[in-house]
Amino acid sequence: MMEPSEEYAAPLTEPDAIANLKSPDLSLRYYAAWWLGKNRTQSPDAIASLIAALDDEDDRTELGGYPLRRNAARALGKLGDRSAVPGLIRSLDCPDFYVREAAAQSLELLRDPSATPALMKLLEGGVASAMPIPGRPHLAEPYESVMEALGAIGASEAVSLVEPFLQHPIPRVQFAATRAMYQLTGNEMYGDRLVQALAEGDVKQKRIVLADLGAIGYLPAAEAIACSDAENSFKLLALKGLIESHAAEPLSTDSIRVLNLMDTLL
Amino acid sequence: MTDTADLIRAVEQADTPPRLLAAVKTLAKAQDEAGIPTLIAVLGYNNPVAAEIAIDGLIQLGSASVQPLITLLDEYNYGARAYSIRALAAIADPRALDVLLAAAATDFAPSVRRAAAKGLGGLHWDLLDSSLRSTAQTKAIETLTSIAQDADWSIRYAAIVGLQGLAGVPDLRESIASVFAQIAAADTDAAVKARVALATQMISPS
Repeated sequence: MMEPSEEYAAPLTEPDAIANLKSPDLSLRYYAAWWLGKNRTQSPDAIASLIAALDDEDDRTELGGYPLRRNAARALGKLGDRSAVPGLIRSLDCPDFYVREAAAQSLELLRDPSATPALMKLLEGGVASAMPIPGRPHLAEPYESVMEALGAIGASEAVSLVEPFLQHPIPRVQFAATRAMYQLTGNEMYGDRLVQALAEGDVKQKRIVLADLGAIGYLPAAEAIACSDAENSFKLLALKGLIESHAAEPLSTDSIRVLNLMDTLL
Repeated sequence: MTDTADLIRAVEQADTPPRLLAAVKTLAKAQDEAGIPTLIAVLGYNNPVAAEIAIDGLIQLGSASVQPLITLLDEYNYGARAYSIRALAAIADPRALDVLLAAAATDFAPSVRRAAAKGLGGLHWDLLDSSLRSTAQTKAIETLTSIAQDADWSIRYAAIVGLQGLAGVPDLRESIASVFAQIAAADTDAAVKARVALATQMISPS
């Protein structure tokens, strides 16, 4: 039998990748799911096969994880087809944390309001339950991804569930809550709180906050982004987020202001 | 009266970040050409604050910094290389043309390529012998037009900024306007589209 590593190097075609999702070689299935997302295949066949892979029982890790399900969930977010939403919602119940995280991230990209109740369920129990799992590098649930998804969907009914997470002990969880609260309420207080966080903390924290400010397109942060102490690539990406939220022709004075700041970072 | 050799030694021997910053500041402020290689070495210390101070010092020294920046360009540290290219771009001496062309077209690091692309648009062409000027400008336009198709949006963005700078040369304006029209029609990235709209606006005679 051929070594999987040799197969990895072989260029795939879309029909191959779809067929490989049912290959007896589990590593080929895993790779095919990643490949379909990476190459943004849009065919109904590809999407249907990936949705089926969300229920895979064959590919398991020692800790009970589902590697193929994780990759299938990630790929479905990239493909932008809302027929994946029910399967992704079901995946929020998967015992594997990383499947739930990938599903929440993909639901953020698909922005389908029907995911709101299932996402909200993961926040139940609040901050008291949102604690690290002993022996694992993550919390009980993928809170950051869940709140980011609720924010992106605009699920205003989730405000009272998200708000307590502003007090979570872990800064990046706080930031995800702050970002969602801004998206759900439009209150500048939350945007300003992220700007404040940009002035504090180490460079890793600044990178996270820059991504959050870019994701919410918070225009008043433009100058603070441009002069924060992080690499220019991160600042450019954040400012790009501001432009994307306010893209219009003809250009507004705000957009020109942001573009001028981006020019200084080249 | 302090000797530049002492200032250089202070940079080399600084054993804490605050001491390093203070020493780099003093050396940059002295504006002595003898300190240039040391200021360039600081670009490779992986200390962004110190590097920014050193860059400012090098830029203020102007044309004296150009040859050392080219000769001492760090081939093994892309962070340091990006700082050097940014300094060369800001000094804008056309002796840096070949270095900027190569960096914009072939460097693997996006930060280096962006700095070079911007720099290609802002060179002081009048410092170049008039017989070489038009060939040099043609090369710059060719390189920027080609990288305006790069897969990385930030490289395309920087190429537009470079081309907008070059359009300050009246003879080049028309051909650059047509490159902008092509980008505006083809690019799907919101930031790149916005930047090319601004560039088009900036170069149209009003």
